[in-house]
Amino acid sequence: MLNISGVHTFYGAIEALKGVSLEVETGEISTLIGSNGAGKSTLLMTICGSPRARWGKVLFEGRDITKMPTHEIVQLGIAQSPEGRRIFSRMTVYENLQMGAIRNTEDRFERNISRVFELFPRLKERRNQRGGTLSGGEQQMLAVGRALMSEPRMLLLDEPSLGLAPMVVKQIFEVIKQINQDDKVTVFLVEQNAFHALKLAHRGYVMVNGNITMSGTGQELLVNPEVRSAYLEGGH
Amino acid sequence: MAVETQVSSSEENGRPALDWQAIGRELFFTALVAFGLTFVLVGMQTADRGGELIIIPRFTDVVYAIVMLTLGRFGYIMLRYRRASFVLIASLAAFGLSFVLPFPSLFLETMCMVGGLLIALMAVVTLIRHRPGIDMRERDRAMDRAAARFQELSRFIGPILVVFAIILPFLPFMDRQYIDIATLLLMYIMLGWGLNIIVGLAGLLDLGYVAFYAIGAYSYALLAVSFDLSFWVCLPLAGVLAALGGYLLGFPVLRLRGDYFAIVTLGFGEIVRIILLNWYQFTGGPDGIGGIPRPSFFGIAEFLPASRDGITFAELFGIDFDPMHRLIFLYFLILALALLVNMVSLRLRKLPLGRAWEALREDDIASQSLGINRTNIKLAAFTISAAFGGFAGSFFATRQGFISPESFTFLESAIILAIVVLGGMGSQLGVVIATILLIGLPEVFRELEQYRMLAFGAGMVLIMLWRPRGLLAHRDPSILLHGRKGPGADRIEAEQKAAEATR
Ligand SMILES: Nc1ncnc2c1ncn2[C@@H]1O[C@H](COP(=O)(O)OP(=O)(O)O)[C@@H](O)[C@H]1O
Ligand SMILES: [Mg+2]
Repeated sequence: MLNISGVHTFYGAIEALKGVSLEVETGEISTLIGSNGAGKSTLLMTICGSPRARWGKVLFEGRDITKMPTHEIVQLGIAQSPEGRRIFSRMTVYENLQMGAIRNTEDRFERNISRVFELFPRLKERRNQRGGTLSGGEQQMLAVGRALMSEPRMLLLDEPSLGLAPMVVKQIFEVIKQINQDDKVTVFLVEQNAFHALKLAHRGYVMVNGNITMSGTGQELLVNPEVRSAYLEGGH
Repeated sequence: MAVETQVSSSEENGRPALDWQAIGRELFFTALVAFGLTFVLVGMQTADRGGELIIIPRFTDVVYAIVMLTLGRFGYIMLRYRRASFVLIASLAAFGLSFVLPFPSLFLETMCMVGGLLIALMAVVTLIRHRPGIDMRERDRAMDRAAARFQELSRFIGPILVVFAIILPFLPFMDRQYIDIATLLLMYIMLGWGLNIIVGLAGLLDLGYVAFYAIGAYSYALLAVSFDLSFWVCLPLAGVLAALGGYLLGFPVLRLRGDYFAIVTLGFGEIVRIILLNWYQFTGGPDGIGGIPRPSFFGIAEFLPASRDGITFAELFGIDFDPMHRLIFLYFLILALALLVNMVSLRLRKLPLGRAWEALREDDIASQSLGINRTNIKLAAFTISAAFGGFAGSFFATRQGFISPESFTFLESAIILAIVVLGGMGSQLGVVIATILLIGLPEVFRELEQYRMLAFGAGMVLIMLWRPRGLLAHRDPSILLHGRKGPGADRIEAEQKAAEATR
């Protein structure tokens, strides 16, 4: 579904991605793990065209989106829950969800919002509360819910577990699985929490310093000694 | 802070003991600051004597100022020690003395009067509440509540104000001067509402709004003077030209963010003014453009004592000619224009465009990831806002009958921006109140001459001290499910208050 080949992305003179190639298959959950500063977020942002890849190609369903403006890419059916959640803190939960559907036609709104409330009953309880006053976990739910409001075919998630209690992380990963299985949404998950991510994912990639160094099925990476020593042991 | 901790440790029949050393230190610093502030500004007057600039020392004034400020501070400190009755008597005495003592200037005398009253007022508050003043947190919360209540009421306040504005010119005390002031206020309100679209809704700091105002005014003047077109033709054309200016400027500028954006818009405002100043053949340069035709009564009748090739307003309605007719007509014209701007802004807010502006203002990366086309959305804000600035400019031109680049300086942009920011960004009613405070009060106190700007500055400082986010900065959710007070709404409000307080 998503084909990334030889992508180089720069911040000024700094090369954050040094020729990244990977593939996200339709209907699967793919995950990208790597330590802080590896370039994971940069890759997600590059898929959405901001910043843009200097060299290389990004194909979505066979279509070249490397040079497409961000808002057009999003309209192709890619939704993103960006790093740090970035919910609209002065808007209510309901308004945040409305913003997620801003590019959609009215008639699908009711269906989508009831699905989001089904996935996250917490959000339904809190729909009149301002985003900024939600707990971290609720904010993450809102960020995912907002992304789902556009009825995407592919969901990009940037570290949804960041800074959350283990219980909440479990809950969120459970919902990601549901979204993938029940709603047939392809998921590309970026995580530092390698254990949970690899357990959930069909396919995994490891990024170090702007390069993909390893790939395989989630299970393969989970038992791989290098991955274990670098990302799984000590703390997880 | 330090004083307060000492206060609670050594109480003396319910009142804290006086710590003379600390008081002395504080008074000394007060006097020092007062000296620093007044020595040059008050103490030296420049005068032009035979083409030569000389300095006249006014050291008596300085001494008076320092003594007054130090005494005022002393009263303030005594209030902290809860010697309220003493302070009340002393400050009232100072107030009384201000009429008797031979002050070197009227200004100092006024200061003594106002200061005495102010401190007396604080003493009364202390006496009633049994503790010094109101503390900051409490005051903030009280004002937040008042602002929220006020905004809730704005559904009623708005229509009431409109009705008031409509009957205003017919009230018995309205003479020529008051109509002029009211018209001026409405012009600034309209400009404030126009700029509010860029600053308050789209969240872009535009320091050059006056450029669109100028483009509108000059478009109107040039079209009307060179082609002899009527106001009703020129007005929309001027709006379109200003909008075009906004669109063209928007293209290169909207890529920039934050400070860079502000600086470039500032530059644009100056560029427009400088072009107007230097393109002599076209704009008349510093001489400006005069003889701009006045608007007719919708192209039907003229506001003239007699008309050769048409009928006059007075003839049309069979009444006696009165120069006030035109002024009242101008007043209603700007009222209608301002209300148009208001209605369009309020409507836009509810449309997807308005929601997108709001999202962009809160978080532009998130907005982008939701498929919002940032450039187009910002460009729309710029263009619409510029068109409204252009309308206001046309009105300005036709009202004055003469325009020159001098009317379109950076100060003008700054004043309009101050109105928007002080009113509470995005608040329509806030703009009205801020305009009345910033433009209306200095107009009313015109007799104070050079102290007018002082009043303007003091107003700004006070608002920034008390309401740093603006007078009516309070956002209501645009929709609430199950009405305004659903089950748990109180709890949610309380939670929000708590969360906002801890932030
Ligand atoms: N806006 C930016 N400007 C300059 N450098 C950046 C910017 N964002 C990220 N970087 C750099 O790019 C590299 C990759 O960052 P990032 O993609 O955020 O990593 P990750 O998400 O894996 O933690 C880091 O070295 C970081 O310092
Ligand atoms: Mg990251």
